[in-house]
Amino acid sequence: MSAVLLEGVSVTYPGAERPTLVGVDLAVDEGELALVVGRTGSGKSTLLGVVNGTVPHFSGGLLNGRVVVHGRDTRTHRPRDLADLVGVVGQDPIAGFVTDTVEEELAYAMEQLALPAPVMRKRVEETLDVLGIADLRDAPLRELSGGQQQRVAIGSVLTAHPRVLVLDEPTSALDPTGAEEVLAAITRLVHDLAVTVLVAEHRVERVLQYADRVVHVGTDGRVTDGLPAEMMLTSDVAPPVVELGRWAGWRPLPLSVRDARRAGVRLREALPDASPTDLSAPRPVAAGRGADRSVGTALSARGVVVRHGDVVAVAGVDLDLRAGEVAALMGRNGAGKSSLLWAVQGSGRLTSGRVRVGAAPGRDPRSMDARTRRAAVGLVPQTASDLLYLETVAAECDQADRESSAPTGSCSALLERIAPGTSRTLHPRDLSEGQRLALVLAVQLTADPPVLLLDEPTRGLDYTAKRGLRQAVQELAGQGRAVLLSTHDVEFVAETAHRVVVMAAGEVVADGPTSEVVVSSPAFAPQVAKVTSPGHWLTVDQVRAALPAGAP
Amino acid sequence: MTRVPRSVHPGAWWAWALGLATAASTTTNPLLLGLLLAVACLVVAARRGTSPWARAFRLYLWLGAAIVVVRVVLHVLVGLKLGTVALLPVPALIMPSWAAGIQIGGTVYLEGLVGAVTLALRLAVLVVCIGAANALANPKRLLRAFPAALAEIGTAVVISVTAAPQLAESVQRVIRARRLRGDSATGLRAVRQVALPVLQDTLDRSLLLASAMDSRGYGHRVDQAPSARRTTATLTLGGLLGACLGLYGLLDTTSPVWLGVPVLVLGLVLAVAGLWLGGRAVQRSSYRPDPWALPEWTTAAAGAVTAGCLLVQARLDPVAMTMPIEPLSAPALPLLALLGVLVGALPAVLTPEPPRSPARKAVSRAPTLAKGGAA
Repeated sequence: MSAVLLEGVSVTYPGAERPTLVGVDLAVDEGELALVVGRTGSGKSTLLGVVNGTVPHFSGGLLNGRVVVHGRDTRTHRPRDLADLVGVVGQDPIAGFVTDTVEEELAYAMEQLALPAPVMRKRVEETLDVLGIADLRDAPLRELSGGQQQRVAIGSVLTAHPRVLVLDEPTSALDPTGAEEVLAAITRLVHDLAVTVLVAEHRVERVLQYADRVVHVGTDGRVTDGLPAEMMLTSDVAPPVVELGRWAGWRPLPLSVRDARRAGVRLREALPDASPTDLSAPRPVAAGRGADRSVGTALSARGVVVRHGDVVAVAGVDLDLRAGEVAALMGRNGAGKSSLLWAVQGSGRLTSGRVRVGAAPGRDPRSMDARTRRAAVGLVPQTASDLLYLETVAAECDQADRESSAPTGSCSALLERIAPGTSRTLHPRDLSEGQRLALVLAVQLTADPPVLLLDEPTRGLDYTAKRGLRQAVQELAGQGRAVLLSTHDVEFVAETAHRVVVMAAGEVVADGPTSEVVVSSPAFAPQVAKVTSPGHWLTVDQVRAALPAGAP
Repeated sequence: MTRVPRSVHPGAWWAWALGLATAASTTTNPLLLGLLLAVACLVVAARRGTSPWARAFRLYLWLGAAIVVVRVVLHVLVGLKLGTVALLPVPALIMPSWAAGIQIGGTVYLEGLVGAVTLALRLAVLVVCIGAANALANPKRLLRAFPAALAEIGTAVVISVTAAPQLAESVQRVIRARRLRGDSATGLRAVRQVALPVLQDTLDRSLLLASAMDSRGYGHRVDQAPSARRTTATLTLGGLLGACLGLYGLLDTTSPVWLGVPVLVLGLVLAVAGLWLGGRAVQRSSYRPDPWALPEWTTAAAGAVTAGCLLVQARLDPVAMTMPIEPLSAPALPLLALLGVLVGALPAVLTPEPPRSPARKAVSRAPTLAKGGAA
């Protein structure tokens, strides 16, 4: 018997023109790890929500067909009646925490199921050990790091001993190390406890090698599933290692770095010895809209210190950004990346240090008013939607033109270049994640700042949206702007950034060309670099360019 | 005697605080009120935990101070000035005859001012007592005592308790983001620009929390026979209807007597029975249930003794419990009331210490602060 069985399931939300899911037939067996992939907004979350009845019991909408989880039909069982069977972990763990401390949170689901106290005590201890969080037992939930919070969130549903675990992008907000921790915990559950796991993930490369089955949700709402190697041959979302395998014609398709290395012996021999460092160097700068943007220092920061209370977030950082350069800021959750961006922009806290914008001697962004500062250094914050408050995209664009005294239509033209075809009549909230980011980017670019800072722009973007962002960023750099973006996405960095700055505990621990910095680090190396090591190839495109005749 | 640090049952703290508040409401004697205030502050300082609620106690102290200040200002502006010792010559506004009861301005006398201050002090002490209960008892733990039958209302209460601190956080975040757009609008326009993203954010978070509670089994019911469900619904609805009718009968003097108290009592009994029946379908258990042991009895008893002593004193010697205003003289210090107030301070030493959360390493704290602060 299948653990999760969907028969002819269609979901239509109220007011929607067409169903989000159409005629889904899916059977996931007990102990399987099913990876749900698909473009943003394709209905991955809906498919996961269907499994425990959140769709339609909580979300509203019309569900046709039948969903049976271990013999219980969601038509007659509400989510709360399936709590002992299905554990659900959302994208943002802190949003789902009900109590204050780790231990109470782990016990919460068991309390609702009325388990006796001795059982609860035993299960809490077991779960603390399984997830490696025993030392956090009394810790307040809000003070944990992102990876720790996500593991507590998984633990808090595990204590009810669910037989099915549903995870919606469990690693999207995590740094590579935190993501490893969470994935290690999940695979351990699958292998040791035979828990059935359904996991949706944008960063397919992180989970693909562990998956027993890939479920693909198309943008038309149709769902196909099969073995990972077969599904990846045609999937519209594919990690670099799969792209490399498709290009090189490796069969079976490699899903992990290990497979690809074994298949790629001849590829490594065929690759030229010269490293493609020149490919990642800043290209010659074309004349931008501002004539004074010659090659030179666009922003210079010396001895930046940011303190929040008694915590030192940034501890004396020196940073120079050159015009026409794309720099990536990497580091653990809580390494001080966001604090540095806000301090450098001039709107955030700066305890001590000196920031100058423009060619020497430069101007201090702190001494400017908000409007001038915005025209000097632009910042797109982590929650980009905080900047939007009007009813339509067109209204936001007009407002941006007025704010920066730009000619009417500037913002709209920028938006068209970054994300062609974005509807102007929609409410900004109804845009896809990528389109919303493009809108905020366009709003901030209307002020024409020579320096642009982006705080985790890749969060929640699928491969297509990331490609759009990459093109936009590279075009901006080509116009002579300096771009600094913080991100956890090593693949995006490998394809986009000329330079990588790594922060740890508020200090810069590495700063140099992308190929040197990321290849030397096991956590930050992109998949292609791991496959082609000891060569310094970072992306599939670089490999393709080096071997124009095709793979050996 | 060494005691294991543990938190005292929130119900005990509320019982104690309500005892203190009852005691405060019986007197205008500034000596006793000052002592009650000191006792509340002492116990809070000695036994509060590290939660954000505990840190909010000073807000209640400020609120108390504000009450006194506002009362004095109101007294000077519109209060009825009585007494003989003139303090401040303020010109009075002569009001027309139809507003003869209102006196605007007028010379401020010491007696009237002292009377106003002592009345305001009583209200301030009441507020501080409630604040002490909030600081000492974690509201989330108190929520566990919520009637199981009212699970949906329980969800709403949990969400509002969780959303309040988050609301402040997102207001800060959005205001900071506004500056990035170079926007310095003030007034109504600014309210709209901040309020819309904040409300959307709060609504999203609330829905996520409600969904998370639901999928983790909150309000999960065991199977009940349809007849039992019908009985529950009938009892609860009928009871509430009865209570409404009874209240109407009680307040409306023209309605027959049987429609008053008897119907009200019957309605309440039916409603409680309905809630109890409905609650039986929702089964919950408690991980580390808050025990009700000696410290809890001590705490609750201390509050009761304080309230009792002052009530008895007020019955025996009502004059000693008030501030003598005409003629103005030093307030008395009645022995029984004094002892009662001092008993109220006993929980500061007789209860176990609250558990201290271990100091977090700087690295693991940084993320929250970086996000909550100027990330």
